[in-house]
Parts: sequence; structure tokens; C-alpha cells
Amino acid sequence: MVNIKVNGVAHQLDVEGDTPLLWVLREEVGLTGTKFGCGIAQCGACTVHVNGQAMRSCSVPVSSVDGAEITTIEGLSADSKHPVQQAWLTEQVPQCGYCQSGQIMATVAYLKTNPNPTDADIDANLTNICRCGTYERLRRAVHRAAALMRT
Amino acid sequence: MTRTTLSRRQFITTSLTAAGGFALGIGIAGEGSAATLSARPWNDDTTRYPGEINAWVVVQPDDTVIIRYGRAEMGQGSFTALPQILAEELECDWNLVKPEYASANRNLRENKVYGSLSTGGSRAVRETGEMVQQAGASARARLIQAAANRWNVPASECSAAMSKVTHGPSGRTFRFGELATDAAAIKLDKEPPLKKPDQYRFIGRRLARLDVPLKINGSAKYGIDLDVPGMVSAAIIKCPVFGGTVKSVDESAITGRRGVLQVVKLNNAVAVVADRYFRALAALRSLPIEWEVGAAGSTNSVQFRKDYVAALDQKGAVARHDGNVDAAMAGAAKVIEATYDVPIITHAPMEPLNAIAHVQADRVDVWVGTQNADQALAFAAQASGVKPENVYVHNTFSGGGFGRRLGPDEVAQAVAISKVVGKPVKLVWTREEEMRQGRYRTQAAIRFKAGFAADGTAIALDMRNSAGSSNPGAVKDGLDPQTMQGLINTAYKLPNYRIISILRNTHVPLGPWRAPGHSQNVFFMESFVDEMAYAVGKDPLAFRRELLADRGDFQQVMDLLAEKGNWGEPMPAGKGRGVAVHESYDSVVGMIAEVSVTSGDVKVERVVIACDCGTVVNPRGVENQLEGGMIYGLSAALFGEVTVKDGRIEQGNFDTYPVVRMKDAPKTEVYISPTPGKRWGGIGEPGATMIQPAVTNAIFAATGKRLRSLPIRGQDLTKGA
Repeated sequence: MVNIKVNGVAHQLDVEGDTPLLWVLREEVGLTGTKFGCGIAQCGACTVHVNGQAMRSCSVPVSSVDGAEITTIEGLSADSKHPVQQAWLTEQVPQCGYCQSGQIMATVAYLKTNPNPTDADIDANLTNICRCGTYERLRRAVHRAAALMRT
Repeated sequence: MTRTTLSRRQFITTSLTAAGGFALGIGIAGEGSAATLSARPWNDDTTRYPGEINAWVVVQPDDTVIIRYGRAEMGQGSFTALPQILAEELECDWNLVKPEYASANRNLRENKVYGSLSTGGSRAVRETGEMVQQAGASARARLIQAAANRWNVPASECSAAMSKVTHGPSGRTFRFGELATDAAAIKLDKEPPLKKPDQYRFIGRRLARLDVPLKINGSAKYGIDLDVPGMVSAAIIKCPVFGGTVKSVDESAITGRRGVLQVVKLNNAVAVVADRYFRALAALRSLPIEWEVGAAGSTNSVQFRKDYVAALDQKGAVARHDGNVDAAMAGAAKVIEATYDVPIITHAPMEPLNAIAHVQADRVDVWVGTQNADQALAFAAQASGVKPENVYVHNTFSGGGFGRRLGPDEVAQAVAISKVVGKPVKLVWTREEEMRQGRYRTQAAIRFKAGFAADGTAIALDMRNSAGSSNPGAVKDGLDPQTMQGLINTAYKLPNYRIISILRNTHVPLGPWRAPGHSQNVFFMESFVDEMAYAVGKDPLAFRRELLADRGDFQQVMDLLAEKGNWGEPMPAGKGRGVAVHESYDSVVGMIAEVSVTSGDVKVERVVIACDCGTVVNPRGVENQLEGGMIYGLSAALFGEVTVKDGRIEQGNFDTYPVVRMKDAPKTEVYISPTPGKRWGGIGEPGATMIQPAVTNAIFAATGKRLRSLPIRGQDLTKGA
């Protein structure tokens, strides 16, 4: 049995301990906003917050987060009004959109550690892959989100 | 490239297939929008609304306008752009628009009422645009006629705007929703003419994309996210040597594992079916499988590369020959020659391939994000043995396609497994499976020879090209038109011009990679044209201008490019600018890349893009596609290489097949300069091609090192050549 709290809701799960958190979220908890992209923590499409920290959930065994509080894209806000989501909307970032849950979750966590990043900071710290190539807009949206969060 | 257009007659008669009712919306709103796209935007295939005016347009009694979308949304934005085009003619209120996928089943049963659902070749707007314009105009005219009939006035006294029909002289109005059922039954004597581009009020606006709100909160449903009642999950591995088969499987190794239901052996693949995907995958990874690989199991891509280059000396088919190249070369004052080649590359869309299939005795349902719902339907019918008329494909959002989702291998597999298991099956490929079971961009090589007159004028260009065909069935007289794209239809004018094609395939399956043909040929051509310019001491952009002297659209794009891209301005040591221009998919695009090379490492710092794609439907969409296409091509230029060893693909994930990340992504600027009145061109693919030579040309400008193969990674940039 593994106990995790996902977006504020407690779940007791009868699942093998080595199951990646990603699949527990998608198949046991039923939250599919967190995506499978690579399975080896390379692409970041599966990024969620574990006790407030960004983690690539495809490579996190669920047993290692027993008792943790997890936030997924669905739990970021009830109405898509989180400043990072709003910045994404204004800058019209997504194309296929598949990586964007992970991009948003990675950005939310990063802006907590650096509320006013430079382009170089963004380049060095936001490393998720987007195959549609939305990086130009992503960069703009991160700056916009940071500005929204500072005000 | 042929254009498919539905005749006007077809629109006149389509209402007869509707249940008798009908409705139309018309109108125009601001840039913000309350128009909505469902997270599950597929058509239910069976309901016929009384307000269906034609197959594309339904107006509901509450004025909601359902607009059918006859292509696939894989990120390119045409789920917004095509409804935007239709709404222009319909005169509906954009806030009332609710687009949904056109039904592939209906497309089959009603004789291609939506044309082709295949979404490749930058075709969505280019080829469906006119169909939906006519569908919108037709619906509008019938709504107006319905109102005129009720008022007993001439239709010419009525007009439509913002989802209402107004009788001018009296000021009376009807909402579209009140007229739709009548309008559906109206037969027009002739279809109305389309608006002229200078009459557009809605086309050309920077409308927000309808799918973005669903893609910032995790609610958009991709194929991989769906769940249907009674569903089980499957993980699969296909023989890693293409063409090989399953020799043996030791099922006892996973017997009794929790949740595992069945091992399904297909001829060339093995799937494990379980209650959860993670259990299926873990079990598959513990399952010993032996493969029958045959002779292909001893091949490798180092040898392939030698073979492609060696093939340049073989006899080939003449794809084009203008003038007399041999005579021109013999009389040339100067001749230069160079050989180029590129490796195999793969698509790597973010969402690994997946499909849900439910095979029943007389019906098949498939839920899949596919670029080609028509073909997914055909594959499902073939794999199940069920009649195509009884196959339903529910298209979802796709996590990227780039050509890979045009050949729905995953659909055929999911159907085959569901048929064995007797339940709905969700099949999900791993990233490794996606990279190792691709439909790859071909390896290719080319030898160029250029001849110049004494004054430096280019007089002859001779090419021998060796590449694989992704569609051997289309090969005629030794030629595959797709492998010639970008060479055979060049905009450059040379009096003597020849291309010889030597087709050569290995066991590696090939498919269309974003801008197929162009993807390698534009790198080749735009690199060698750069070499030609330097060979006669000319500025690379000025040299291109000479070869394109008769093309006003190119000159205009190059003017804009030179201005915005600071062409000709000095750069510090170790930095350089490179240019590339090309016409493809009815669009002229140019790029300037600025690079810096430090200790052999290249950084692409800035990219300026100028384009003439004719009439712009939504400038945001054009910018997005050119930016994104450029990044896609940049990944190929910097890193893209798939290698074969022992007949199998060596790369399996993003650690061994790196792609551009934020740190590699240049600052990008897009400038649009359409030729007035020119029809819309495609924009999904052109960006992916020009960046490759623009970067290598910039490296040459910075270092004097000419790169004649890709990827750039691993090549020595520290000394000139």
C-alpha cells in the first residue's frame, strides 16, 4: 500500500512499489494531464511537483514518495488562472501541447527559486523538450509569468 | 501537387443527405473568443442534426455553429484556421462556433464529402480552404433564402452578419438558429461566389487558437489519455530488425505476474496485455523473445552511407534536363564540384504512437490521434476483416506528427491485438519502440557540378542524386517525385540544368519527414548555391537574386530578409551569417541564421525568417509554424542522426537522439510579406528545411569550414576546409 496526496486528495493505492509515479497518476488516480514522453527522465513531459519540487515522474518509483503531497497540472489552479497558465495563454505557447503540462509545472517550480530570471537562466534551468519548437514563445511566457507573479 | 476541390454542385445537393433540417451561423467577433473546442472533439458519426446545412456546417436552435474540420490537429493550428475561413463566408458570430472533427466513416460512406482527411504536405489550409469557403458561402446563401421566403421578400434585400439575417428595407431579423432547419431544405439554383481577398474581415486576424485553453490545464485528450469501458492495455515490441519475425517467446517467464492477461504473438511483434499499461510494459521487459532476422541482421549504416555515395556513379534516371549540360560544362570558364550526404533521421513526436481499438464481430472502433483518419480506417478494416463502412475512427488531439502519424502502424497492431483478446485494447508504444520502428527520412547523397561563364555568370548545374523512396509503389521510370522535391522544381533559372536520380532502398522503412524530399534537398541545394556564390566572388544573397531575377515574390522576400536580418553588416571574428531561400508548398520563405563558433562549438544565436505565403489566414499561425518548423529542422541540422548496426536502429531515446532544447533555441523573428491577391500557401513544413543550410552557410561565413554532411554535431569546426 502506498499513500499519496494528489492535488489535496488522499489516495491509498494497492500498487507495486516500483511502479513509476507517472503511471500511478495516469492509470490509478486517473489524471492524464501528466504525459508520458520518454520514460527515462529526459524530456520532462511528466513533470509534477512532489512536496513542491519539480520531479520527472516517469522515473520516480511510487514507493519513494509514500506520504508525499503531489501536485499535477490539474491541481495547479481550478480555473487555469495561475499566472504561469495565464502567461501561456497570452503568449499562445502550445502547438501540439503534449509537453506543455510539464513545461508549465517545471516553470512554476523554477520561478519559486528565481522570481526574475534572465534568458540565460531560463536556458540553463528549463530543460524540457518541445518537439513543436515553441521555445521562443516559452521564453517570452516565462518572463511574462515572472512579471505577473512579482506584481 | 493536385488540389482537391468540391464542385459547387456537390454543395447544392448535400443538404439532401441531411435529415431535413438545417441551420447556419454567420458573424464576426473580436480577437478574444468564446468559441470552444471540446477536449474530445470528435464527431459521434451517427447523429444527423436537423440544422445541418451541409456536411461542414450545422446551426443549432440556440445558434451554436458546429463547423466540421476535415484534417488533423497535431499542433499546427488548423483546427482554428479552417473554421476561421469558413466563418468568414458564413458570417456567423465566432463566439458561437464549436468546431469538431469530420467523421472518417462518413467521408467513406458519402464519397469523400470532406475530401482527403490526410494531413501532410502542408495541405490543410492550402487544399481544404476553398472547400470550406464554399461550404460557408453556400450555407449563408441558404439561410438568407430561408429568411427571404418567410418574409416573402427577394433574397437580394436580405443580408447576413453576426449569425443573423436582416431584411434591409424593414429592419426585421431572424437568428440563424431560427432559420437553420428551413435553410437545410433549400436548394440553390447556383452556388454563391466567394468573397474576394480584399473583402475579408475575418481572415487575416490574429485570432487566439481554440485548443490553447485545453492545453494549459491538462484537459485536452490525446489518444494516450483515453479510457473506454472494459479496456485493457498492451505494450509491444516489434522485431528490431525490419522485416524480421518472431521465432520464439518464453511466456513462462511472466506467468502469474499481477495483472497480466495474455501474451499476443503477431507475425513480427509480441504484445503483453494487462489490466494496466505499466504492468504490461514491465512484463514485456521481462519476456525473453527470439527473433528471426534474416540477412538484414548483418547490415549497418556506415556501409549504407558508402553505398549511397558510390551509387552516384551508377546509371540513373533523368528527372529533368534543360538545355545541354554536357556541352555547357565543356565550354565553361570555371567548373566546381562537391558531394553532399545526409543520414537517416526520425520524427520523435512528443507523444509516442498509441491507439485504442475495439473489434467486434461487425464493427470496429478506433480512438487515435492520427494525421490520416482515412488511412487509419482502411488499416483497421484490413487488420480486422470488418467492412470499412463499419469502422469508426475517433480522431483525437495528437502530440505531434511531423509525418510519422501518416502511416498508422499502431492502428493495425491495436486492431490485431483487440481481435485476439476480444476486448477494447489500448496499445502504447514506448519511446524506444517509436525510435526503432519509425518510418524514417532516407539517407541520401548528391554530387553537384556547376559551370560558370568567364564573367562569373552561372550557366549550368548538374546533379546526381541517390536516395531511397518512401513510396516504391509510386516509382515510375526509375523516379519517385518525392525524392526530387526541392531539386526538380527549383525556382532558380539556369539555362542548362540536369538532375539524375539513382533510387536505392535498404531494409529500413522510409516515410515522409516534415517537408519530405525538401528536407534533405534544400540543405543540398542551398549549400551548393552558397558554394557557387563564393566560387565566383559574389555575395551569397546577391548571387541568389541573380538566379531569381524573374521572381518578384522572391525579390520581395529577400529585400525584407536582408533588411531585418542585417545582411551585409560586419560581424565579429568567429561569428557569421548564412542565408537560404526556397519555394515549397506554394510559399516562398527565406532565412538568415547568425551563428557563433567558439572552440569548435556552434551556437545559433538568431534566426530571421521572411515569408510570402500569399493570403494569410491567421498571422499567429504562420509565425508559430515557421518558428516551430525552424526548430524542428535545427534539431536535424545540429543533432539528427539515426544509425543502423546489425540491422537494427541503435538510438532509442532522447539521450542518444538529442533534439533542440531551450538552450539551443535561437532568438527568432518572423516577418510576413504576402504578395497581394496570391492564394494561400502551406506553412507547416517550409521552416524545417531552410534552417539547415542557413546554419551551415553561417558556419562557413564564420570559419571558412564548409559542411557537406549533417549533423553538425561531431564535425570538426576548428579549422577551415
